[in-house]
Amino acid sequence: MISNRAASHNRQNGELLLDIRNLTIEAEGSDGWQPIVKDISLHLRRGEVLGIIGESGAGKSTLGLAALGFTRPGCHFSGGSVTFDGRDLLKESEERRRQLRGTRIAYVAQSAAASFNPAHRLIEQTIECVMMRGLASRGAAVQSATDLFAQMQLPDPETIGDRFPHQVSGGQLQRAMTAMAMTCKPDLIVFDEPTTALDVTTQVEVLASIRKIVEEHHTAALYITHDLAVVAQMAHRIMVLRHGELVEHASTQQMLSEPEQTYTRSLWAVRTLEKPEEPPAETILSVSNVDAHYGDFKALDDISIEVPRGRTVAVVGESGSGKSTLARVISGLLPSAAGAVSLNGVRLAPSLKQRSRDQLRRIQMIYQSADTALNPRQTVMDLVGRPLSFHFGLKGRMQERRVAELLDMVELSDRHIVSFPSELSGGQKQRVAIARAIAADPDVFICDEITSALDQLVQEQILKLLLNLQKEMNKTYLFITHDIATVNAIADQVVVMCRGGIVQQGAKRAVMSSPDHPYTKLLLSAVPQMDPGWLDTAIQNGRLAKQNIE
Amino acid sequence: MRPSDTNLPARAVRYRRSRTGLVWAGLRRASLTTWLGLCVILLYAILALFAPLIAPYGEADVVSSQPFAAWNSTFLFGTDQLGRDVMSRIIYGARNSVGIAFITTTIAFLLGGTLGILSAISPSWLDHVLSGVADMLMAIPQLIFALILLALFGSSIPSIVMIIAVLNSTQIFRLARSSARNVAVMEFIEVASLRGERTLWIIVREILPNIMPTLIAEFGLRFCFVFLTISALSFLGLGIQPPSADWGTMVRESATFISYGNITPLLPAAAIALLTVSINFVVDWFLDIASGLRDDQ
Repeated sequence: MISNRAASHNRQNGELLLDIRNLTIEAEGSDGWQPIVKDISLHLRRGEVLGIIGESGAGKSTLGLAALGFTRPGCHFSGGSVTFDGRDLLKESEERRRQLRGTRIAYVAQSAAASFNPAHRLIEQTIECVMMRGLASRGAAVQSATDLFAQMQLPDPETIGDRFPHQVSGGQLQRAMTAMAMTCKPDLIVFDEPTTALDVTTQVEVLASIRKIVEEHHTAALYITHDLAVVAQMAHRIMVLRHGELVEHASTQQMLSEPEQTYTRSLWAVRTLEKPEEPPAETILSVSNVDAHYGDFKALDDISIEVPRGRTVAVVGESGSGKSTLARVISGLLPSAAGAVSLNGVRLAPSLKQRSRDQLRRIQMIYQSADTALNPRQTVMDLVGRPLSFHFGLKGRMQERRVAELLDMVELSDRHIVSFPSELSGGQKQRVAIARAIAADPDVFICDEITSALDQLVQEQILKLLLNLQKEMNKTYLFITHDIATVNAIADQVVVMCRGGIVQQGAKRAVMSSPDHPYTKLLLSAVPQMDPGWLDTAIQNGRLAKQNIE
Repeated sequence: MRPSDTNLPARAVRYRRSRTGLVWAGLRRASLTTWLGLCVILLYAILALFAPLIAPYGEADVVSSQPFAAWNSTFLFGTDQLGRDVMSRIIYGARNSVGIAFITTTIAFLLGGTLGILSAISPSWLDHVLSGVADMLMAIPQLIFALILLALFGSSIPSIVMIIAVLNSTQIFRLARSSARNVAVMEFIEVASLRGERTLWIIVREILPNIMPTLIAEFGLRFCFVFLTISALSFLGLGIQPPSADWGTMVRESATFISYGNITPLLPAAAIALLTVSINFVVDWFLDIASGLRDDQ
């Protein structure tokens, strides 16, 4: 192990490590083989980080896996070469490639929770690769894994390895996975959206750890993400992909300051969407002194919010802060233990079972994942038509016409009326879910992270749609999100939640420009900025803010 | 996002998708084995429904003075130990064996499926009670339990059907309960209850379509098991009573033939095997098109 570490220090920065030339990968579709990565060339030197960005379906992950000489089932290499350290991986035997993977090329997947085996302790999985290849004795492997845990700033590096995956948080698991990738001191690591599933405040820490470890070990890295601000912190150079083709390739500085292609510029534009703040209006929904429990756990503590008609109130906070619980209390899914929820001045029963149909109709929920919120066995007609027949008794032609109108409102073509959800894209599904909510003609929409699962460009479209609908129909949104860019784009007022309580609330500009609570400061400072030097300042500020909270 | 036809198009818009349309689309993609399976099942159904019209002789008629006659032009597959026409008995057997197994499986599904879904969405005490009863029934070896019950209630066809249906419904209950539970936690169920839908509507329109593929696959397998249970009971003399023709009984009665190189006893056995394989072909195909709805395209 020691000689191995010495070797990693001897590595020369700047030596060519990975050279992909004219790579084309095809996938089997309903009409034969279709190229999903088209004629892509890239090169990577030791100690260099190349960022790959693009929306989903751009071929980012496929390209990342190709660096390991691997394709997903149903795909194959149809042209080009992947040269790693002088050898073309595509011409090597599968056995030889397997030996390289894990030892010299490692992969960090998006969802650490899905990549760890829940039945084994972290340490066993972390050193598995070293043990399997016989690179070190067990004691030495455990020792070096513990060092890595410490470098990744995991709490209690000595003992955390004895825990099972479900006993650590998502951010810790993601860091453990990076540590696992590092155990064999690989020359190249492919990071496939390693922080996408994390909270902003956790993301900062994971990013910092990854950058530190990559720098210390002179490891080359491919960093795949759809978040431009994140890649700006990590990469020396950035490649933009779309539909499997290269759009633009430049150094990070140049890419951020003067992107050449319109597509690249449109990616940049998403974060600049901003809703002008509107004047206050009469209150339509009021939540006063609400408490809620899950068993003995107090999930909401004395929450009071006033939501004005025709405005958007954004509720922000990290996961576990009680944002979604608040939505469940307002909708009646989780009866509150104390306090009151009133709509139009009328107090609502705590449980949805005691509310009238009309009261239920006036509050509509839209969920984060349209995949689980739309019944996969119903067509769009069934999905959107049901509230119409249920609340308004619309049937036959009248119902059909109204469904077509609603789809038109959410900018979907009427040919989707007979589609099942599986036949639609992520953005289209979310539009159907929005159309279903509009169908009930509610007073208040509760939007629970509805753009979090979408690509940035699609996010922007959905946010614009919501803004237009608000303008046309004077609808009210209670918008739950963890993303500050989304808050800027849609909110009039902001409520910041932390550990089941409200730490700050008020008009958007006031909260965003002068965050007077340390948690709000932390949250705001954790949002990645386009500035490449942001990460360093964020870590500093974050530490200070954290100390203040504690 | 929008196509260019902003002013609503002149072409007729298709609003609803019919179930039969889906099945036709599925049939067009069906493989050869599926068609084979479908044809065999159809053939069995026709035989079972129109047995009296198709069979050359009656089910229990002794038509020949010669028992165990060889295959000949009058009695295509020869005669059995009493001089009854084997071919006619095989045709009637479709009615008894297949018909009874089918009715039994259907009742088992109605019972187990309904209770399973109910158990998945009802308060925990009811779930506990129902699951407890199912566990108790499953703990007793099925065949022995069936024998006891048959001894108690007498081995008439209705009691065979009911007893085997109840015993098999426990496994269907378990399956329906666990798959309905997975669906019941989905957000679209929450959406339906937020709309104020009744429980029955939620079960029929939201849950059932999602667990149907699993249940139908189980139906194919369960049918084969029920079939075998009935045959086993017949073998023990407690199943379908003579003179009714039953494939299981027929195999047993003429089993000794096989040592003389006569393949007659293999015919009812082959009838059972062919049906089992065909059902599984069709179930495979059905699962294919049902999951296709969700995954690809």
